[in-house]
Amino acid sequence: MNGINETGAAVQPSLMSAWRAMILRDLTLAMRRRADVLTTLFFFIIVVSLFPLGVSPEMAVLREIAPGVIWVAALLASMLSLGRLFSDDFQDGTLEQMLLLPQPLSVLVLAKVLAHWLVSGLPLVLLSPLLGMQLGLDGEAIGLLMLTLLLGTPVLSLIGSVGAALTLGVRGGGVLVSLLVLPLYIPVLIFGTGAVDAATSGMEYDGHLSLLGAFLVLAALLAPLATAAALRISAE
Amino acid sequence: MLEVRNLECVRGDHRLFTDLNFQLEGGELLRLRGANGSGKTSLLRTLCGLLEPAEGEVLWRGENIRAQRDEFNAELLYLGHSNGVKAELTAFENLRIHNALCGRRLPDDRLYDALVEIGLGGREDLPTQVLSQGQKRRVALARLLLSDAALWVLDEPFTALDVDAVAQLARLMEAHLQRGGMVVYTTHQEVEMRAGACREVNLDR
Amino acid sequence: MGFKNSIAWYYFSAPKNFYVLAGRLIPWFWGAAIVLLAVGLYMSFFVAPTDYKQGESYRIIFVHVPAAWMSMFIYLLMAAYAIIGLSWKVRMAEMMASALAPTGAMFTFLALWTGAFWGKPTWGTYWVWDARLTSELILLFLYIGFMSLQSAIDDPRRASRASALLAIVGVINLPIIYWSVKWWNTLHQGASVSPTMAPKMASTMLTVMFIMAVAFWMYTIAVVLMRARRIILERERQTTWVMDLVKAGTGDKQ
Repeated sequence: MNGINETGAAVQPSLMSAWRAMILRDLTLAMRRRADVLTTLFFFIIVVSLFPLGVSPEMAVLREIAPGVIWVAALLASMLSLGRLFSDDFQDGTLEQMLLLPQPLSVLVLAKVLAHWLVSGLPLVLLSPLLGMQLGLDGEAIGLLMLTLLLGTPVLSLIGSVGAALTLGVRGGGVLVSLLVLPLYIPVLIFGTGAVDAATSGMEYDGHLSLLGAFLVLAALLAPLATAAALRISAE
Repeated sequence: MLEVRNLECVRGDHRLFTDLNFQLEGGELLRLRGANGSGKTSLLRTLCGLLEPAEGEVLWRGENIRAQRDEFNAELLYLGHSNGVKAELTAFENLRIHNALCGRRLPDDRLYDALVEIGLGGREDLPTQVLSQGQKRRVALARLLLSDAALWVLDEPFTALDVDAVAQLARLMEAHLQRGGMVVYTTHQEVEMRAGACREVNLDR
Repeated sequence: MGFKNSIAWYYFSAPKNFYVLAGRLIPWFWGAAIVLLAVGLYMSFFVAPTDYKQGESYRIIFVHVPAAWMSMFIYLLMAAYAIIGLSWKVRMAEMMASALAPTGAMFTFLALWTGAFWGKPTWGTYWVWDARLTSELILLFLYIGFMSLQSAIDDPRRASRASALLAIVGVINLPIIYWSVKWWNTLHQGASVSPTMAPKMASTMLTVMFIMAVAFWMYTIAVVLMRARRIILERERQTTWVMDLVKAGTGDKQ
């Protein structure tokens, strides 16, 4: 059949294909369980729709709070979807196999987080204009809101992956992860809503976007390392 | 090639074993014995680097496995309690994805051949959630046919398998040993195995 | 670090030796804490002059400010222990990180509470979304997250390693959070209730604050050492030295 591999074979070229395989795997799995994806989306819509009922249907008021409301709802929705990130793999043993792959774990984690964002974060971004209109935002503000969500939601997924990995298999993990992760989401929330607020009051908002971009770069560099370490701790 | 030095394993409050030493060379078979809860699975997981030993170290080719994780993993095949098989994916998809993640690109024919050989002919494209326990185990075992790992670590590999499959797995292990590979395994079943060097570690003392 | 010194560190990083040493030190730290606290409180109430603008109510800052300092120092210290524990696999360091958390959370809460009581007479409201109060609140959340994670995981080793990692993630985020909140506060031009020291603040005030801070440190060390000893007994209970200790009946002394 085949001989014994004498030295650790060259892994570098295979890393890209492993990366792609991981993303495709998670996307395939998400497609076979579409209901989960839709649940997050409906949660997002429902939370936002509660505000006119709870606060006031007055358009002026809604326009004022719209960026904050949509951002907080996005925060909660992305946090809810974290439960699926590793727990299924943990239960059926595929996570264990993942830890034993001859590839750097953090790189594979990045692939998983990207796939997770594509099915849980990106839909929120695409849906946000609709909710923005409901809350009376104008075209420019909606465009900017989408842009901030586009930059910010991947950061949420990245930071969230650390929390998801730490609470793997822990009783009450779902509530616990919110306790760990939500305080860390605050800077993203501040600058995400800040950009839209600045635009509606006619101020510069380039700085906010650059900062969100910087958060994204920082999170993409550091979070996978922390998540990989957390997964090794949790899988023991 | 695989060496264990002064290994100590603690789980929760229990000290499972201390001061465990052994060596395994190419072509050798090692069976772990011990009662339930004696630490067989913990030892296997420690050998793979999944579990951090409380004391001591595991060496592969003279170097600690934690210092060369990617290189060691490239030569390791681990089959745990859970099959590591995705229920939503078909047997074929499971196998293809696992190989791609390992960084191997194999033609689809090889994968199909492996699945037929392990006794899943005709069921390659069914989602594994509709398969029986034994068949799910076979999906996991199909990895053995395609692997070029030197060290096989198998935790209760015979569980849920029928007589034919047990015999087939035993032959696979023998062939692996003949090629100069190493096998560490646990089992509650007595399975006749022809191997050059057959060793045992008993955790019961 | 000198050779002798590093040997000492190595020696006391063994839980058994640490346990013995801590047991000897605790009474001294308790003593220092009580004396300093008594002196500090006496001075804050009777020696420090009345503030010409805020009257008597300002005296609460003698607790508020040192408590706020402690809340931040302790988090940093906790993260430092977590880094040592995870990178060099020093069990004692992980246990110290766990032992520090409740005291840190207590001081954070104390800072928030005294801040609220100080804000009421001074600004007429218990809570203001001021940058420092908000950051302090977020710090409390971080402490709570650390402690909840620790208590949610059954395996003590996994619990302390997971929470150590969380502390490290938290300490990386802390400056970003603090700075974001500060920026957010200036944008919304919220009121600032943080104790801004008058430039001519009497030097006695600074002295009192300093004494209180040292008293809090002594208290922290005493309490943390006690807690660390309890954690050691719990975590090492399968080792022979703990069993001997328990048999000898000294296990619960101090």
